[in-house]
Amino acid sequence: MKSFFGKMYLTLVLIFLYAPIATLMILSFNQSKSRSHWGGFTLEWYTGLFENEEIMAAFRTTIILAFLSALIATILGTAACTGMQFMKKRERSFIMGITNIPMLNADIVTGVSLMLLFIASRVSMGFSTVLLSHITFNIPYVILSVMPRYRELNRSTYEAALDLGAEPVYAFFRVVLPDLMSAVLSGFLMSFTMSLDDFIITHFTQGPGFDTLSTKIYSEVKKGINPEVYALSTIMFLTVLVLLFFVNYKPWGKQPTGQIKVMTKREVIVSSSGRGGRL
Amino acid sequence: MNERRNSFLAAPYLVWSIGFILIPLIYILYFAFTDASGTFTIGNVSAIISYVNIRALMLSILFSIASTFICLLLAYPLCLILTTVTSSSSAFLSLIFILPMWMNSLLRTFAWQNILERKGVINGILLFLHLPPLYIINKPPAILLGMVYDFLPFMVLPIYNSVSRIDKDLINAGRDLGADYFQILKGIIWPLSLPGVISGITMVFVPSLTTFVISDILGGGKILLIGNVIEQLFTQDSDWNAGAGLSAILMIFIVFSMIITAKYDREDIS
Repeated sequence: MKSFFGKMYLTLVLIFLYAPIATLMILSFNQSKSRSHWGGFTLEWYTGLFENEEIMAAFRTTIILAFLSALIATILGTAACTGMQFMKKRERSFIMGITNIPMLNADIVTGVSLMLLFIASRVSMGFSTVLLSHITFNIPYVILSVMPRYRELNRSTYEAALDLGAEPVYAFFRVVLPDLMSAVLSGFLMSFTMSLDDFIITHFTQGPGFDTLSTKIYSEVKKGINPEVYALSTIMFLTVLVLLFFVNYKPWGKQPTGQIKVMTKREVIVSSSGRGGRL
Repeated sequence: MNERRNSFLAAPYLVWSIGFILIPLIYILYFAFTDASGTFTIGNVSAIISYVNIRALMLSILFSIASTFICLLLAYPLCLILTTVTSSSSAFLSLIFILPMWMNSLLRTFAWQNILERKGVINGILLFLHLPPLYIINKPPAILLGMVYDFLPFMVLPIYNSVSRIDKDLINAGRDLGADYFQILKGIIWPLSLPGVISGITMVFVPSLTTFVISDILGGGKILLIGNVIEQLFTQDSDWNAGAGLSAILMIFIVFSMIITAKYDREDIS
């Protein structure tokens, strides 16, 4: 009896979580442009999507931005974690303290603070300011993903490599980095996701004529969203679903040693604090 | 690994984080306490007590208390169920709660307009069941629903983390000593899950307090929260000093919730 109610409750929560997603997917096949009635099944939004230069431009900007910011954040963040291994505990906790600020801060405050920085330094806002901002909020994900792995790392392999005459840089790339790789990749994927989905910080640091998918959607909310946007996000959602499936659930072989995890902002905080505190 | 000079690898990030995390926050304070000509004033910060602003702030606080409370009410039983019902619940849980986040969050919030509107999905179902229709779109309940929808995962994940880590032997010992389910819940599970509950509360409270997107999309632009006021000051009025003044007030709440989180983190370790 208790388990019956449990399952029912679980089902209700699932319906709550997925109702909007199902709605969007259904709308992407709706012939009628009006949201409120069903005009029959169509694929025209899917075919029209690729000819809509405005949406495709916003899509390209979003992907390029996500890729570049994740890449730069991954390099800076991994280097920072490596450097921190050689620091005293006090210096390390100072850096980790700063790292936690963007994670716990409200996005609107982060966005506004960066906007003020750009205004005060008289930088004209556009792709570059958004890129700088995205790198800034992405680095903490990389650090919080890579730092725990460093703690689990066996240092003697690195020292053995040095004893055998390897240059430190060579030893790092041949011995340390392979062990870190899955954590580095997780950090990259998380950064990519955060950048892809960000609206608030982009909203405050963008300039005129610049649009990511999120800002485009926001500007269209009042006048009605083009159904081609539903089609695009349905495609993106299903792509990610398939990718996640292949990355994490390899149906044919054994699991990779270090599983690549994709986590959300808050989950990172939770899991990093779960591992004996955030430094 | 004891060559200290290698710590220079962290230097680029250190410079970056000072330049793009710390200095921008200082700029908020600088703009908050100066006027357009750069002279000192407390007018931007004290503007919070004007009728419009204090009303928006109070409304935001009410909304975020309500959404935090509802999230807690929904999430706690859910976490208890998840630890008992499914065997591989950890993988299952991360899957069901994280998957929705791969669809653009603005679009997901926007989809609630469709579900809630006058001739929307819910009213279609209610009509079919011969029940009276529900008109909540562009009203406070719709905003509250949007907040609960967007931030529920932030409550579920930390609570689930702490509930699933409770030693099963403790619960079994309680049962052997004759405690019924509610005594076990009250005496063992609840106290041990408290750190998760506290971090869940702060994680839902801050984004609910500061949102402007949800109230914009589901409130029809008629309900002003403090986030909306700040957003309009920055993007429509270009009054950066006034916007920074109100942002500085928000920072007080954020710092407060950071302190609470940090305090419970430390207790969690010991």
